[in-house]
Amino acid sequence: MAGIPHDHYEPKTGIERWVHERLPILSLVYDTIMIPTPKNLNWMWIWGIVLAFCLVLQIATGVVLVMHYTPHVDLAFASVEHIMRDVRGGHFLRYLHMNGASLFFFAVYLHIFRGLYYGSYKAPREITWIIGMLIYLLMMGTAFMGYVLPWGQMSFWGATVITGLFGAIPLIGEPIQTWLLGGPAVGNATLNRFFSLHYLLPFVIAALVAVHIWAFHTTGNNNPTGVEVRRASKAEAEKDTLPFWPYFVIKDFFALALVLAVFFAVVGFMPNYLGHPDNYIEANSLATPAHIVPEWYFLPFYAILRAFTADVWIVQLASFLTGGIVDAKFFGVIAMFGAIIALALVPWLDTSSVRSGRYRPMFKWWFWLLAVDFVVLMWCGAMPAEPPYSIISLIAAAYWFVYFLIILPLLGVIEKPLAQPATIEDDFNAHYGGEAHGAASATPAE
Amino acid sequence: MMRQITFAASLALGLGSGMALAEGAAHIEDVAFSFEGPFGAYDQNQLQRGLQIYTEVCSACHGLRYVPIRTLEDEGGPGLPEDQVRAYAANIEVFDPTLNDGQGDFRPATPKDHFPHITSAGAPDLSLMAKARAGFHGPAGLGISQLFKGIGGPEYIVSILTGYEDAPDCAPGDFPGNYNKAFAPGGYPEECKDEHGEHLYPGSWISMGQPLYGEDVEYADGHSNELHHEAEDVAAFLMWAAEPKMMARKQAGFVGVLMLTIMTVLLYLTNKRLWAPVKKAAKKSDD
Ligand code: HEC
Repeated sequence: MAGIPHDHYEPKTGIERWVHERLPILSLVYDTIMIPTPKNLNWMWIWGIVLAFCLVLQIATGVVLVMHYTPHVDLAFASVEHIMRDVRGGHFLRYLHMNGASLFFFAVYLHIFRGLYYGSYKAPREITWIIGMLIYLLMMGTAFMGYVLPWGQMSFWGATVITGLFGAIPLIGEPIQTWLLGGPAVGNATLNRFFSLHYLLPFVIAALVAVHIWAFHTTGNNNPTGVEVRRASKAEAEKDTLPFWPYFVIKDFFALALVLAVFFAVVGFMPNYLGHPDNYIEANSLATPAHIVPEWYFLPFYAILRAFTADVWIVQLASFLTGGIVDAKFFGVIAMFGAIIALALVPWLDTSSVRSGRYRPMFKWWFWLLAVDFVVLMWCGAMPAEPPYSIISLIAAAYWFVYFLIILPLLGVIEKPLAQPATIEDDFNAHYGGEAHGAASATPAE
Repeated sequence: MMRQITFAASLALGLGSGMALAEGAAHIEDVAFSFEGPFGAYDQNQLQRGLQIYTEVCSACHGLRYVPIRTLEDEGGPGLPEDQVRAYAANIEVFDPTLNDGQGDFRPATPKDHFPHITSAGAPDLSLMAKARAGFHGPAGLGISQLFKGIGGPEYIVSILTGYEDAPDCAPGDFPGNYNKAFAPGGYPEECKDEHGEHLYPGSWISMGQPLYGEDVEYADGHSNELHHEAEDVAAFLMWAAEPKMMARKQAGFVGVLMLTIMTVLLYLTNKRLWAPVKKAAKKSDD
């Protein structure tokens, strides 16, 4: 697929030419930051820059934290207190890193739901979507392992519960769990390997982010109309787009500054609000906390994990059909991973030829219901697994699958989409022209 | 203002840690501490009084293993003069594993040492107690009340210290522990539950005997030593012990918010200016 036609980099000075002939790095940078970008992007397109910032923030603060942290079961908790008390600025760095993870997930969820609403996952952007999903998975792994490092009660018991999920897989489950933990239970070997991977994975994420950007710079950005940029000629493309620099860089930076102002308020004034008090108690394998609750960003999937109990008919059916191999616990694990897989496969589950939800009258309702469903699941994940929360979790978890596996494939067939604007330029002009074009043009010329 | 912003943000985030449920019914009273809110600061006199209570009462059973004694000098903390801190340290015995040919032995502490780690009474270390407990939850597990009242660690401590009451009549006389209406996770006699297993009385039985009764210490500054005042003072001291850098943190947070707000305004204006011709052209083309 040909990119959007635009001016390419021309070395102007002797030095530039010298570099360019040996390594076209300046042209890479130029083409990246001058990329033609649909001019009608709205404010939901700012989360990408927030995410890029989060990755840099987490790596930068993390690298310094590592200088003072000790990955050993007897010393880890105390070394975090050393950071909080003795290291200059350590308390702030640690709170930035801790809450940075929350900002990261907050932004990624908005970014993902943006993509779901505007159909950004649809052809030709499937690879962008899949890479994005891989990044999201790695983020979850990284955050989970990072949460273990302070070696508090929730670190320890969270790790025990989550790695226990692998133990639910029949036959091979327990060897896998032992292999992951480096022993029969969460211990020093676990802490060390999690530390190692927690340091490694962010760099893998960084590489995938580069591929993610490469992919959508190849296809061009989606936009709120879902209508493609015209690319027959440069002149035509320029009617639909503006260069990324300076138009979108400034816009994104404005949004980033605003988001960060709120972020700094959280870090400065209520840094423990999103954490769990139990993690200020050192890990103790003999004392199980009353409620083991994962971090807020895992809660929706944690709710799905717990939703399918042995008294649900579909679990009983699965158990019957497999001769008992699939029990409730294993079913829950399948459901949790299945929920993420369904999300990843959405490019092929959505059959509608219309990209943007703006022009899909039925889809809109189901989409917003999914967004509410996600929040409800998050809430259920935090509540004890007992009525009425268990039944709410079950309904909410079921809707997640119904949306991706039934509603999206069906809607493409039964839904009658609304008229889309012919071009991005039309959409932009209609928006800023005040009056929508086409309809009653009784507008005075002014 | 910051509270509103953070409130909105956390609503958007959905749910805080407040989601954890109280393990049983126990009432935690809200106390207005000087260090609450974006501009709240520790009250140095209160921290010194709290230190006195800790030293004279709690330290018999509880350690403060993560707190270096020298930090008693900290500005924004108790702010004791250096010589007083040295004298204070000299009164504490710490175990030094390097003494006695590597066998270890006790010696008087220096300001560089930490408060001792005491386990003999089976009492938990208090260094992080004020952050390791939540006082407020909900409603409905949403953690919204924590946005207004704080997470409630110090309030929890006050409530525990003032929560001792005569055990209800239903309890057998030899039931282990002491009835405390603010302590939820302890033992609870079957006799005090109704037919559904619901607790008839708030709280539960705690193994710590009532440590404070009022007038347990004599304050040098003449401040009231009623039970509730003593409890507040020691809770404030324990908050400082758990979060000694709170003042520096709020200051850095405030500077960050201020600079980012200025940057937001500047970038907003730049952005508006930058896009103005593009939007104007759109307007014209549409007429
Ligand atoms: C005689 C020994 C003793 C003294 C003195 C003492 N405590 Fe305790 N404390 C304990 C024990 C034992 C526990 C564990 C209670 C339990 O878990 O049932 C405890 C627990 C606590 C807890 C934790 C309650 C919870 O939620 O688990 C706090 C807070 C506390 N003490 C504060 C204090 C303060 C403040 C003082 C000084 C005013 C003090 N204690 C004096 C023995 C003592």
